[in-house]
Amino acid sequence: MKSNTWTIIKKEFARFFGDRQLLFTTVIMPGLLIYIIYSLMGSGIQKMVTEGAGEVVTMRVENMPESLAPVIASMDSSLVVVQQPVTEADIALLEDKELNAVLVRFPERFDEVVFGKNEVAGEALPNVEIYYNSTNNAASRVYMVMNTMLGNIGRTFTVNVPQEEGQRFDQATDESIGAMIWSKILPMLIIMMLFSGVMAIAPSSIAGEKERGTIATLLVTPMRRNELALGKIVSLSGIALLSGISSFIGIALSLPKMVGIGEAADLGFNYTTSDYIALLLVILASVLIMASAVSLLSALAKDVKNAGTMVTPFMLVVMLAGLLPMFQNGAAESLGVYLIPFYNSIEVMTAVFSHELAWTPLIVTMVSDLVYTGIAVWGLTRMFNSEKVMFSK
Amino acid sequence: MEEILKVEGLSKTFTLSRKQQKIERTAAKRKVAVDNLTFNAVRGEIFGLLGPNGAGKTTTLRMLSTLIKPDSGDAVLDGCSVVRQPEEVRGKIGFLTSELKLEDFFTPNYLFDFFSELHGVDPNVCRERKQKMFERFGIDKFAEVKVANLSTGMKQKLSLVISLVHDPEVIIFDEPTNGLDVLTARTVTDYLQELRGEGKTIILSTHIFSLVERLCDRVGIIIDGRLVACGALDEVCSGLSIEDRFFEIYKEVKGGEE
Repeated sequence: MKSNTWTIIKKEFARFFGDRQLLFTTVIMPGLLIYIIYSLMGSGIQKMVTEGAGEVVTMRVENMPESLAPVIASMDSSLVVVQQPVTEADIALLEDKELNAVLVRFPERFDEVVFGKNEVAGEALPNVEIYYNSTNNAASRVYMVMNTMLGNIGRTFTVNVPQEEGQRFDQATDESIGAMIWSKILPMLIIMMLFSGVMAIAPSSIAGEKERGTIATLLVTPMRRNELALGKIVSLSGIALLSGISSFIGIALSLPKMVGIGEAADLGFNYTTSDYIALLLVILASVLIMASAVSLLSALAKDVKNAGTMVTPFMLVVMLAGLLPMFQNGAAESLGVYLIPFYNSIEVMTAVFSHELAWTPLIVTMVSDLVYTGIAVWGLTRMFNSEKVMFSK
Repeated sequence: MEEILKVEGLSKTFTLSRKQQKIERTAAKRKVAVDNLTFNAVRGEIFGLLGPNGAGKTTTLRMLSTLIKPDSGDAVLDGCSVVRQPEEVRGKIGFLTSELKLEDFFTPNYLFDFFSELHGVDPNVCRERKQKMFERFGIDKFAEVKVANLSTGMKQKLSLVISLVHDPEVIIFDEPTNGLDVLTARTVTDYLQELRGEGKTIILSTHIFSLVERLCDRVGIIIDGRLVACGALDEVCSGLSIEDRFFEIYKEVKGGEE
């Protein structure tokens, strides 16, 4: 690397690491926030799932059918069944959360109508009323079981009821289902975080220097413009990478809390060393190309605010590309796809997370991204040489 | 006397945006900023470009410092062409204008080292030169204070020092005393005379007559992008003060309008 390029990189790093506030908001805060938010979300979900388990719920049943009494009694171990009329006052108490119960009102002659097969043409079907408060998790659970049980009455056959312990009908393993979920979600998250890191520093580094007049001071030194362009892109990529790594650590640490401690590995989050190497390589390529693109737009902008306005639509397009794996089945097979900047990185990440990593697409992605970065360095050099771009007001 | 700068037929035309057309109150889409400028400077002299605002002084100096490219013509500075060898030219000049700013975040110490490195100055030479110049301008006491916290005068002095980290042979100053308090302005002009004494060549632009009289050995008067008079100060003035002579020439060029 040319020495002037290294001088620029050192200066950009000195600027970044010397500014505690910038360092905190760009590198530490993303990872910390992701960890806190995802952990809280995970705790909330876990709480919702476990809340109500073991809690005793009373079920008051009016007109209990003889045929269903034993089934209802054994439906849930935490259920206390009481045969008692359901009154409007009880229903009001449910609304006010002053009654922890599920109220069921069967029509009279339920057994006769449902099992006696003496339905009269035109007569309305018997309606079972189940009153409950869905904000009470235990009551919700009982309602769902009751509803399912009643829905099955009258059927002459069942579907997929296990006949022996451990019998599986869906042949996908937990691991492959988990890998599919990660491959749809994580590429977009990683791209978003890397882009946020680039966005946090690139406009200030280039458009900001134009706005403050400090770039002109650099342009009157004997340094070549391409050295300046390369120094800016490499240093911005390095800083954005740190931001991305911070976010990634945040995800990795909060993931077990998100899916339930100990369940992350069962859900396919058990990647090999080569998967992690591929991920690192593709992240490096992504960051280079992002820093290049945002640097080009920032150089065109008059000031930081203008740079933000110019980069935002571009960011939305990249995020849209990040959403595409959600609508497709695995990574693309055509090598031509891996020549499309940004989308190629997302495809490679999708392949990594779905345990389908192939090295050829990764190499095509790396090489094409390096070529695009080279073109961006050339473009940025031209911009630094252009008086219209650098000195326009 | 050794010629160190030779400017030949330097021209620059700008395309005006609609906004600029409104500001300039013109329907013309192009403006000739510098028109076929030819002059030279010799080693160890202060050459002043004198002219009103918008005459083309800054554009000329920007072309000499390779910040912008001329449409035609060339300038050869210490054997290097501003058109063909811009990096070499930048290594030989110190350029200072109020438009060039220093990053607020860094200290004078850091900036001196940084720009010395970009100019390829040996670290030992850099250390000695920094100590000497910081003491000369009273920056040594503020060497570790961020630029953001320096006074305006101190910032200007630091900008001057930074532009000279590589001890250039030619120093190009655009309006060197603009925006400076009287004490800092005096420090700067005294230093320019010191540099001339050391054999450096100084090209400066100004619209301040007293500055030309006090500093310049030779002067070029530029009006509407054209060099309308050029020579030793005595020759150009023809027995008048520079101010009276300037207005005389101005009337001749503009046909009586002021």
